Amino acid sequence: MNNFTYTTAGSITAALQHTKRHPQAMYIAGGTNLLDLWKYNLLHPQTLVDLNGVPGYHTIEAKEGGGLQLGALVTNAATAYHPLIEQRYPLLSKAILAGASAQIRNMATNGGNLLQRTRCYYYYDGDVPCNKREPGTGCSAIKGYNRIHAILGASEHCIAVFPSDMCVALAALEAVVQITGQQGKRSIPFADFHRLPGNAPEKDNALQAGDIITSIDLPAKEFAHHYSYLKLRDRHSYAFALVSVATALELEGNEIKEARIALGGVAHKPWRIPEAEQLLQGKPATAESFAQAADKLLEGAQGYPHNQFKIELAKKAIIRNGLMALHPETQLPGAQPSA
Amino acid sequence: MTNISFTVNGQPRTVTVAPWVSLLDALREHLHLTGTKKGCDHGQCGACTVLCEDKRILSCLTLAVMKNGRSITTIEGIADGEKLHPLQQAFIDHDAFQCGYCTPGQLCSAIGMLHEGKARTREEVKELMSGNLCRCGANVGIIDAIMQVKETYSHE
Repeated sequence: MNNFTYTTAGSITAALQHTKRHPQAMYIAGGTNLLDLWKYNLLHPQTLVDLNGVPGYHTIEAKEGGGLQLGALVTNAATAYHPLIEQRYPLLSKAILAGASAQIRNMATNGGNLLQRTRCYYYYDGDVPCNKREPGTGCSAIKGYNRIHAILGASEHCIAVFPSDMCVALAALEAVVQITGQQGKRSIPFADFHRLPGNAPEKDNALQAGDIITSIDLPAKEFAHHYSYLKLRDRHSYAFALVSVATALELEGNEIKEARIALGGVAHKPWRIPEAEQLLQGKPATAESFAQAADKLLEGAQGYPHNQFKIELAKKAIIRNGLMALHPETQLPGAQPSA
Repeated sequence: MTNISFTVNGQPRTVTVAPWVSLLDALREHLHLTGTKKGCDHGQCGACTVLCEDKRILSCLTLAVMKNGRSITTIEGIADGEKLHPLQQAFIDHDAFQCGYCTPGQLCSAIGMLHEGKARTREEVKELMSGNLCRCGANVGIIDAIMQVKETYSHE
């Protein structure tokens, strides 16, 4: 645990100037993950630049032509309980409320949620090799206890998973991440924001040094009627997902017009395969249809000695959540399965 | 070192702390308000829960410097003089603690939860209190106590 200095930024420009001059500085907003990692001696900020006082990013606003803009500094709790989210994007509300604890949701911000580090035990243990923590040292999880690890998209360098629940729903909803960096503004579609580990697992996402997430934009398509977020974990509540599924459906009678399915807890990013969703188009919303989509989503899945079970668990979760999405009101608190 | 001025339990307070001092350490070590407990110091147990403008937060994952100008309520601030907060009385009535170490966090968290007004059923109360662990196993009493107060308590 190192000492650091602290400063507040009054504007995005001021924050960017600070990190340009001091590359060892880090931004802080909610701080729930950053301060935890600092206490574990895994992050060593020289300066913390507090973004909370930057005006303009603390609200949720309707956009022209539909869609919403979620300010990066709005807390996860304020987002989940916002009337526009509860009514129009309930899948996002359910996913947020399935994550962390009430206290953490009151502190953590929308921008920060996207930037959580993995909860791989070996990443957190500074005494063992980890390519994400110290590139080139090796992956302790591949031959270790890998119960919580990836079954999709992993590499020989890293089998860690991305822990967010909120981001699984954002992937299904095709959100867009708005960023301001040293070179100006840009947008990144959600599918391209987080990355697979490949040979650079130390890099979780597409952000460049100094970049600031300013908002997360939701497109006009809300999926407010048929949706479900199912989270399966070792404890009933306040635990990271072994497997989670966000499902959003647009139905005509019992026929699927459009489907979105994203998985959490199985890969280095929220897992989405558009071909699996296309398979559902025009099909009846039945267990058989969802099973076909599940097979496509899980194509190439590879288990390790302690997480082999996740492949079958994910398949069953996709089917179950497809059926739950038909009747979202039956979902139990904490994204537990309906009775 | 930084001077922070904030309101703690209704009183204006000023402390001088290094930037890396948590709100928890500022309360306990600088203001000697030791009711707020340090359990895991990593946001996993909820023992350090306090209220910041009625919202329950973890003081262990909060830097004191980030609460300059804000209003904090700790367990020392929830009773009305000698009169216990209804939740404190309910915890006694329902045997809702054994060692008592998690209790200040449980009480502040429960006050925050009642203020949020999102928990309707017992299942929802359990879900929304899951950030507070009790290793003695008094959870059934804790939920019983909260359910009793929830029926009668209205936060103004």
